[in-house]
Amino acid sequence: MRAFAELLDRLVLTPQRNAKIRLLADYFREAGDPSRGYALAAIAGTLKLNTVKPQLIRDLLLERMDEVLFRYSYDYVGDLAETVSLVWEPPQQRVASDIPLGEVVERLQMAGRSEVRSLVRDMLDQLDVSGRFALLKLVTGGLRIGVSARLAKQALAEMGDKDVSEIERLWHGLAPPYLPLFLWLTGEADMPVPTMPAVFHAVMLATPVGEGDLEGLDPAEFAAEWKWDGIRVQLANIGGARRLYSRSGDEISGAFPEILEAADFTGVIDGELLVGGTARSNQATGTFADLQQRLNRKTVNRKLLEDYPAFIRGYDILFSGERDIRSEPFQARRQALGTLIDAASPQHFDLSPLVPFSTWEELDRLRSNPPDPVIEGVMLKRLDSPYVAGRAKGPWFKWKREPFNIDAVLMYAQRGHGKRSSYYSDFTFGVWTESDGQTVLVPVGKAYFGFTDAELEILDRFVRDNTVERFGPVRAVRAEPDAGFVVEVAFEGLNRSTRHKSGVAMRFPRIARLRADKLPRDADRLETLQAMIETKE
Amino acid sequence: MEKETCGPCKPPPPCGEGLGCARIRGRVARNKKRELALADARLPAIFVGMKPDTLLYPAPKGLYCGMGDFYIDPVQPVERALITHGHADHARAGHAHVLATRETLDIMRIRYGDAFCGAGQIAPLGETITVNGVTVRFHPAGHVLGSAQIAIEADGTRIVVSGDYKRRPDRTCRAFEPVPCDVFITEATFGLPVFHHPDDGAEIARLLMSLRQFPERAHIVGAYALGKAQRVIALLRQQGYDEPIHIHGALARLCEYYQNEGIDLGEIRPATLAGESRKDLAGAIVIGPPSAFADRWARRFADPLAVFASGWMLIRQRAKQRGVELPLVISDHCDWAELTGTIREIAPAEVWVTHGREEALVRWCELQGIPARPLHLVGYDDEGE
Repeated sequence: MRAFAELLDRLVLTPQRNAKIRLLADYFREAGDPSRGYALAAIAGTLKLNTVKPQLIRDLLLERMDEVLFRYSYDYVGDLAETVSLVWEPPQQRVASDIPLGEVVERLQMAGRSEVRSLVRDMLDQLDVSGRFALLKLVTGGLRIGVSARLAKQALAEMGDKDVSEIERLWHGLAPPYLPLFLWLTGEADMPVPTMPAVFHAVMLATPVGEGDLEGLDPAEFAAEWKWDGIRVQLANIGGARRLYSRSGDEISGAFPEILEAADFTGVIDGELLVGGTARSNQATGTFADLQQRLNRKTVNRKLLEDYPAFIRGYDILFSGERDIRSEPFQARRQALGTLIDAASPQHFDLSPLVPFSTWEELDRLRSNPPDPVIEGVMLKRLDSPYVAGRAKGPWFKWKREPFNIDAVLMYAQRGHGKRSSYYSDFTFGVWTESDGQTVLVPVGKAYFGFTDAELEILDRFVRDNTVERFGPVRAVRAEPDAGFVVEVAFEGLNRSTRHKSGVAMRFPRIARLRADKLPRDADRLETLQAMIETKE
Repeated sequence: MEKETCGPCKPPPPCGEGLGCARIRGRVARNKKRELALADARLPAIFVGMKPDTLLYPAPKGLYCGMGDFYIDPVQPVERALITHGHADHARAGHAHVLATRETLDIMRIRYGDAFCGAGQIAPLGETITVNGVTVRFHPAGHVLGSAQIAIEADGTRIVVSGDYKRRPDRTCRAFEPVPCDVFITEATFGLPVFHHPDDGAEIARLLMSLRQFPERAHIVGAYALGKAQRVIALLRQQGYDEPIHIHGALARLCEYYQNEGIDLGEIRPATLAGESRKDLAGAIVIGPPSAFADRWARRFADPLAVFASGWMLIRQRAKQRGVELPLVISDHCDWAELTGTIREIAPAEVWVTHGREEALVRWCELQGIPARPLHLVGYDDEGE
């Protein structure tokens, strides 16, 4: 438990992705089985444990501590598991010793409802502070450490010097404590054979169209289709098992039962998950904001199913029946996909239409004025391209519509993390609006990238020299009509929001340019943004 | 036993009248009554001599001894000051007369210049000095080099002002010495049951482990310039780390002073290198004051990894808020167990609690049946710890 607890402590405080991968990989290398497998499960969210209510933890503590002293402590620390781990006093004669994570998990899994209380007490007595913290986070189900399942898989790849797509493919056929997986990663055994047929296959990705990329390419060799603004998914129905995966290989079947139920064909398809209605049912496609109502849920209720019905807009097909057709050309696959979707439920599946075009200029015009607001650009696919995992440059391109732009005024700044911890690099910016007869700035978004290192130096210096107020880590900077800093903010989309004071929320905002040539009074107004939403609607 | 505590009664008003003030006279009368009540209950009278809170009490400029006409660690310039140790919130410049240990006087001179006070007088540890009829004696406090507790005594009543203190072994200063007394004035910087400082050797081992894991990154250690920085260096040396350690300019004179006092810190180099040699500090340890390492100063180093050595680092959110990647829980104060253990060991008739989380330690004393009250002194800063 000590090694796992130390890993958690480090991960929580480490902002850099590569550093997190190294910490994880080192842990997986050094920790033994089955502890490392359970650690992996805890991080990737696949660990099944009977959880314990926070109230029970509190009661256990108050068996031996003054309530007033506990209250002072809890008020100061602010987190129950952390407070209890710190104030817990083992009986005098007990010396802290380690219990391996594997043993902790197995003991908890075997314990009956009535035994849990004394088991947790006993383990708290035995562990040290960090160990107690890790245990409490595990048993209360509150392990939030800023590491995704994807990142954990990347660390496994690094540990075993494998490609992450291999791990993704195996992943859903394996279960904690992942003994065969680690045997393979350490070179002690062959790659495990997945027992579940509907495994995830790494998806094919497109590269963005860069300056001059299309010159010399023949439009006749490419098909174009709209790039829809939903989430990319893979739906598999093989050997009687049905699974829905996100593009990173996370299983999201539980949140979309209607799609799984409708998937009565055999095969694996690739498409965009959207809400609203399919083209075949002649209904409008829902926006990304609508789709968000259905994302990040383990289960779904009837109301959500009715208000935000989900469907898949098919892009590609990997398996037709049980046959792997990834090596066939795009054109042939597309035909197979069309046949499959024709026969499938019209409410839950439609085919992403091709966009006819003959020159790049023509496509460029179409891209800039798409027929549907839920389109964010076009995809270009070579007619002869096989389906290859990963992001190779050449066969597939994505050509996004131009971003939206506004001029906004810097209002607040906060220090960055890691490499940027000495820079003010997280910026909140605002636009002008009328409030109680006065023209004031209202924040409309936050951005922490888009600028170059040289531009960051300029922004950082401005923040340091123009701080007017501090709120903890946040600095308010000078922002008046004639004094302040104007930035050009680029963003992909705009939604109404009840959470923000301005009533609007931007997607992917970034600082596109510094406008030292402009005064804050020349920056945009909130009405401009509101008009953008209305045009869209 | 019947509980008869003075409770969290209010400190004397900041009226400046000292003992002549009506509130103080009221308190003397109340104490008298309490003493009689105690005698009635056939309990031993606790204070046979002078009432402790007429000997020493909080005033606007700090803890004041009216009889001896001196302050202890005053927060504003005064005529006569007794200083426990050299940290800036306890040792301020501008007093007419300062009584402190030789090291503390030296440290004040280093920090404030030769004119830091009108006249400085050395208080040798363990020796009795009489100030306006009040007996004063300095005892080691184990906090930083030169730190002392101050025992003041008059009419058979002895009060010990601990200043800041710790009980852990520390090669850079003399160990805390328990002094029997009627009233023990304890700090409470880490006065909450959550604070259990781990073994400092294990914390340093975590730093060395990180150096092995991330050899391409400069490890920037934030540590308070007086005491903590030198202790961290000494602990690193103790574990056999013999690479040169780089320090921020603000630490230079104090480190030099420690070395001159016979505390071996090994090879110390300035971290203010020019141009390309900065890259050499990849995998090196650089120590700077806590304020500097999140500042522009830290930018010069190769992919800096933020480390912070402080008792506060026990609380994850504190570390996260400061952007610390590797928190080291190393403190020059007592943790909860040591605070309560010290009170038990000294067994004073009464405990006064000052700067920090006073309410929790007072509550603990109440639960133990030890009369205790908070002093509510202002102006002492625990953030730099």
